Amino acid sequence: MSKQQPTQFINPETPGYVGFANLPNQVHRKSVKKGFEFTLMVVGESGLGKSTLINSLFLTDLYPERVIPGAAEKIERTVQIEASTVEIEERGVKLRLTVVDTPGYGDAINCRDCFKTIISYIDEQFERYLHDESGLNRRHIVDNRVHCCFYFISPFGHGLKPLDVAFMKAIHNKVNIVPVIAKADTLTLKERERLKKRILDEIEEHSIKIYHLPDAESDEDEDFKEQTRLLKASIPFSVVGSNQLIEAKGKKVRGRLYPWGVVEVENPEHNDFLKLRTMLITHMQDLQEVTQDLHYENFRSERLKRGGRKVENEDMNKDQILLEKEAELRRMQEMIARMQAQMQLQMQGGDSDGGAHGHHV
Amino acid sequence: MSKGLPETRTDTAMSELVPEPRPKPAVPMKPVSINSNLLGYIGIDTIIEQMRKKTMKTGFDFNIMVVGQSGLGKSTLVNTLFKSQVSRKASSWNREEKIPKTVEIKAIGHVIEEGGVKMKLTVIDTPGFGDQINNENCWEPIEKYINEQYEKFLKEEVNIARKKRIPDTRVHCCLYFISPTGHSLRPLDLEFMKHLSKVVNIIPVIAKADTMTLEEKSEFKQRVRKELEVNGIEFYPQKEFDEDLEDKTENDKIRQESMPFAVVGSDKEYQVNGKRVLGRKTPWGIIEVENLSHCEFALLRDFVIRTHLQDLKEVTHNIHYETYRAKRLNDNGGLPPGEGLLGTVLPPVPATPCPTAE
Repeated sequence: MSKQQPTQFINPETPGYVGFANLPNQVHRKSVKKGFEFTLMVVGESGLGKSTLINSLFLTDLYPERVIPGAAEKIERTVQIEASTVEIEERGVKLRLTVVDTPGYGDAINCRDCFKTIISYIDEQFERYLHDESGLNRRHIVDNRVHCCFYFISPFGHGLKPLDVAFMKAIHNKVNIVPVIAKADTLTLKERERLKKRILDEIEEHSIKIYHLPDAESDEDEDFKEQTRLLKASIPFSVVGSNQLIEAKGKKVRGRLYPWGVVEVENPEHNDFLKLRTMLITHMQDLQEVTQDLHYENFRSERLKRGGRKVENEDMNKDQILLEKEAELRRMQEMIARMQAQMQLQMQGGDSDGGAHGHHV
Repeated sequence: MSKGLPETRTDTAMSELVPEPRPKPAVPMKPVSINSNLLGYIGIDTIIEQMRKKTMKTGFDFNIMVVGQSGLGKSTLVNTLFKSQVSRKASSWNREEKIPKTVEIKAIGHVIEEGGVKMKLTVIDTPGFGDQINNENCWEPIEKYINEQYEKFLKEEVNIARKKRIPDTRVHCCLYFISPTGHSLRPLDLEFMKHLSKVVNIIPVIAKADTMTLEEKSEFKQRVRKELEVNGIEFYPQKEFDEDLEDKTENDKIRQESMPFAVVGSDKEYQVNGKRVLGRKTPWGIIEVENLSHCEFALLRDFVIRTHLQDLKEVTHNIHYETYRAKRLNDNGGLPPGEGLLGTVLPPVPATPCPTAE
C-alpha cells in the first residue's frame, strides 16, 4: 500500500499522467530554501519621509544611528549612495533586502550633477552582474542589480518639478520607476486627486516610462483581478509612513497624532500605504523579471555592442559621415594633383617615365 | 507704538504718512510736575484722536513680498491674511500654470477698507524662485527689484520740485516660506536670507505646517532658529533696532519662542462646533486655521497686521532705505544721484555681494 503523500502526488498509475504538474511545487520548495534577493532604491529630496516609509514598509529600523546634517553642511555635500542590507524572514521564507539610499539628492542649490552618481551606481551593478554571468564559476552570482526605484515626489508642489522630470527621464531605461507621493497627509482628498492626475499627465507629456503593473491573468480569481484594477487606478501612490503606535478608536494603530485627528498608516481611506505594500510584495517577482528581461538586456546589448572599443557616438549622423568622405576625397585629389605636377616636371626634365600610375579613387 | 508726531498732509487723496525719524534717546530733563487738575484740562491728549482721523482720511500703503518654492501655499496664505483675494492666483483659479524658467516679479495692488481705514495693499509675488534644477543666484532678480524701489523713492526725494506725497513702492515686509521638511533649512534658504536680510525685513514662515505633529513642529522650529543664529541671519524684528526695554522684552519673546511662525492657510470655510471657520477638511479631521492649538496663523496675522505693521514701515524707511541712500550718496561723492562729477547719471547700486565663508 503506497503512502498517500498529502496533495503532492496523485496516484501515478493514473493513465495519461506523467507527473510534471508537480514541477511548480519543486521550484517553490527550492526557492524558499534559497531565499529571495531584492534591491530597492529610494530617491527623493531630503525631508520627504523616505526613511520613515522604508522602516514602515518592512517593519524594521534600517537607520538606527542617523544623523541629519544642517543646511550649512548640505551646501558642501554631494550625492552619496548608501546601501543597507537586512535579512527578513517570514513563515520560513527568507528575504535578503537591500535598500539603496541616496542622501544629498536635490539638496544643492545647483542640482545639475545630482543624478550622475546614481546612474553610475546602477550601471555598476549591471556591469558587475554581466561580468559574473560571463565568468567561469557561475554558481553563486549575487544579484545586486536595482530591481525597483521608489521616486518620492513632494506633495507641496503643483506636480512634477523640473528636477523630477530630468531624473526620471535619465533612468527610466535602466530601472523600474515607481513614483510615490510622499507625506500624503498634507493633502485633502480633492488636492490628492488633482495632484495624481497632474502627475500622470506630466509623465505622459514627457514620455517618462514608469513601471506598469501587469494586468491580471484571465484565469485568476475575481478578487485578484479587482485588486489589480484598484492598484492600477491609484498610481502614483500617496503614502504616509510611521512606526509610532497611537491609540485610536480603542485600538493601537500605527499613525501620526495631530491636534485635529489621527492619520492611520494602514487605513486605506487615509492613504495608499497598504496598496504600495501589496504592490511591492505581490509584484516583487515581476519587478525582478522586468529588470532581468528588459533593463538588464538593454544594458547588456549596449555594452556588448561597444565591446572593447572606446565609447563612440553611436548615432554619427549622415552629415558628419558625408563631410568626412568629402575631406578624404579632397585629400586624394590633392595627392593626384601633386603626382601629376611631379610627372610634368620629370617629363620636362627629359626623363620619360612612362605612364602615370593610375590611382583609382 | 507711536513715535513722534507725523507730518500732516492736507490732500485727501490716498497718500502715505511719512513717519518722522526715530527721536534719539536724549538725556531726560528732570520732569517738572504739573498738576493739571489745578489749572484745568488742556487737551494735549487729543492729538491721538487727530492722528487717527487723519489716517482714516488719507489711508496708507503697505507692500508685502512673498518668496518661496512653488506650491508652498504663498498665495493662499496672503489671501487668508487679508481675508480677500489679493494674490496673483486670485483672478483665475488657474492651477495649471507652468513653472517659469527664471524668477519673475509680479506685483498686484488692491485697496482694502476696514473700519473706515483704507489700505493700498500691494502683494509682490516671485514665481520661479527655487524651482529650477540650477538655482544659483536666483535671489538676484529679487534683490534688484527691492533696490529699484529704493532708487525710485530716492529720485523723488531729491527732486527740486518734489511731490507732496511720494508714492511708496518699497517692500516693507518679505515673508520667506520654509518648506516643512522637518529636518533643517535648505542651502537655498540660507543663501537667500543671508543676502536679503540686509536690505529688507524678512519674516521666515514655516509653510503647510499641517504636515508636522506638535513634537516635530517644535523640534523643527528650534533647529531652524539655531541655524539662523549660527549663520548670523537677522530676521525681523532685528535685535539691533529694539528701541527700549519694552520693545526688547516683547520682541525677544517673539524671536525666541514664536518665530518662525508655523502656518496653514485656507480660503474655504467649514462648520465646526456650530461656527463657521476657515480650514482644511481631511478624512481624519478639520484643521482650523485660526485655532492656536492647530497652527500659528493667528500669531502671524496679529504680528504683521495688528501690532507691527507701522513698525515694519518705519524700519524699512529709517533703516533699510537710509542705508541704501547713504551708500548711493557716498558712491556719488556726496551728491544726490543724477548728478555725477561730470553730470552723468550713475546706475543704481548693484546687488551687494554677500561675504560668505567660502
